[in-house]
Amino acid sequence: MSRLVFNDLSVWFGEGASRVDAVRHATFEVPSGASFGLVGESGSGKSTILRALMGLAPDWSGEMIVGEQRLGPKRNRAFYKQVQMVFQDPYASLHPRHSVDQVLSEVLKLHGFRDINRRVQALLDDVGLGPGFRFRYPHQLSGGQRQRVAIARALAPEPSVLLLDEPTSALDVSVQAEVLNLLNDLREEHRLTYLLVSHDLAVVAHMCQSTAVMQNGEIVEMLTVEDMRAMRARHPYTCHLLESASGYNPNAAQAL
Amino acid sequence: MTREQPLLDIENLTVSFPTRQGVFEAVRGISFTLGRERLGIVGESGSGKSMTGRAILRLIRPPGRITARRLEFSGTDLLQLDEHEMRKIRGQRISMVMQDPKFSLNPVMRIGEQIMEIYRFHTGAGKRAAHARAIEMLEAVSIRDPERVMRAWPHEMSGGMGQRIMIAMMMVTEPDILIADEPTSALDVSVQTQVLSIMDRLVHERGMGLIFISHDLNLVASFCDRVLIMYAGRIVEVCAADRLHEAQHPYTRGLLGSLPRLHEPRRHLEVLKRDPAWRETPSVSGRQ
Repeated sequence: MSRLVFNDLSVWFGEGASRVDAVRHATFEVPSGASFGLVGESGSGKSTILRALMGLAPDWSGEMIVGEQRLGPKRNRAFYKQVQMVFQDPYASLHPRHSVDQVLSEVLKLHGFRDINRRVQALLDDVGLGPGFRFRYPHQLSGGQRQRVAIARALAPEPSVLLLDEPTSALDVSVQAEVLNLLNDLREEHRLTYLLVSHDLAVVAHMCQSTAVMQNGEIVEMLTVEDMRAMRARHPYTCHLLESASGYNPNAAQAL
Repeated sequence: MTREQPLLDIENLTVSFPTRQGVFEAVRGISFTLGRERLGIVGESGSGKSMTGRAILRLIRPPGRITARRLEFSGTDLLQLDEHEMRKIRGQRISMVMQDPKFSLNPVMRIGEQIMEIYRFHTGAGKRAAHARAIEMLEAVSIRDPERVMRAWPHEMSGGMGQRIMIAMMMVTEPDILIADEPTSALDVSVQTQVLSIMDRLVHERGMGLIFISHDLNLVASFCDRVLIMYAGRIVEVCAADRLHEAQHPYTRGLLGSLPRLHEPRRHLEVLKRDPAWRETPSVSGRQ
């Protein structure tokens, strides 16, 4: 179990005139075992926060804490054992010429596990794929099955924190339902902490207890799931997001 | 007949592809009409909804095959036209907007030239007239600085701008029908609302027919007039869009149940159980 703390986090790319401030002074905390959402438009900086935490965005300032550990510029193996990420597109995030077995065994080997055979089996069970999937290649799997493999890979090092970057936006709604149910069950079973990025408010409301709304690199509002359901938002951007969650509204279009 | 002739009248349309395992039918005998309305087609990936849109414009490449008992556009049989005549219909009378503007715009041609090219090709208008028309269209899709956008390259545009440009480009010839295939799926909500309101206006003000292909049930229910629900290449249900939530077919009900809802918290989302019989039930007609 690990909490996440972000304190005055800023992330930027480039230098001098071409410097882009992707995240500016983001401060929020995810309690241990909780599920926290980040919503906003593309380019609002929500994925960048995940990437900074994973060590994939080198230029940042402020403070990031996982558990009791304050993060420095480099991540070590112990960090990746604790924090894992699931990416948006299961068609792109799995090696096309590695079988499911290879994908999972490799991660297990890297993290120094011995009983790999048993663990691969257990991971497949965890994500609801039978033993029949073990020696398949990604092209023999549907989108939902691939995302299950990606989740199994993330679970392999037995992490306490999962970062989910739009985990279902490439999937059909019926498959999305299966994956979201799976993620909810896994969080309970393994007592995981989730940080979920999504552009879909209904998904975030279903998965998370609280949410930060981002626009242009800044957190403009923090909402609890109750606030969302009651449409209690102060910032105009959040209000618009909440309204569009229920479909097209000609009046909202007038207002733009 | 007192009723107005539909813009599009389709009967028993199939799209098939020969494969090594035999003929694969992507669309399996569907019938529907399109009037001056917003017609939604929903379904999951692989249900044949995009193929239906492409088949209307005869954009299925051989060895893919389109057959139909009837494929009529304002009384013209589209299947009887040769490629030359078909090209006059594509873009001018029936236009299509695809999901991702990044792949639909020519990356090495300025935006203005692309819009003007279409207009001049279909109308034979001069450069100056085409320029004025392109500016007018860009303004119509709420682009603030049309002169600058005319000179810009596609890579300089954001996704929302790109999609608005695509719509401007498709509307410049004032088509009778617009086929929009997931036109807003790649867009952020604020831009999505704008793009939808532009299309909405075109239907209302110009009496255009719109085929709106989407996987987003909430969006279709709130935006369209009528909805066809497709499954495995067939239409399983037809209903008025505002009554989509009262749909009867177990597939439609399953799709609706699998959606997370902001206002109805649930511990578990419903998981769709597919019945093999759905594939075999004959297609429901969407003709009016």
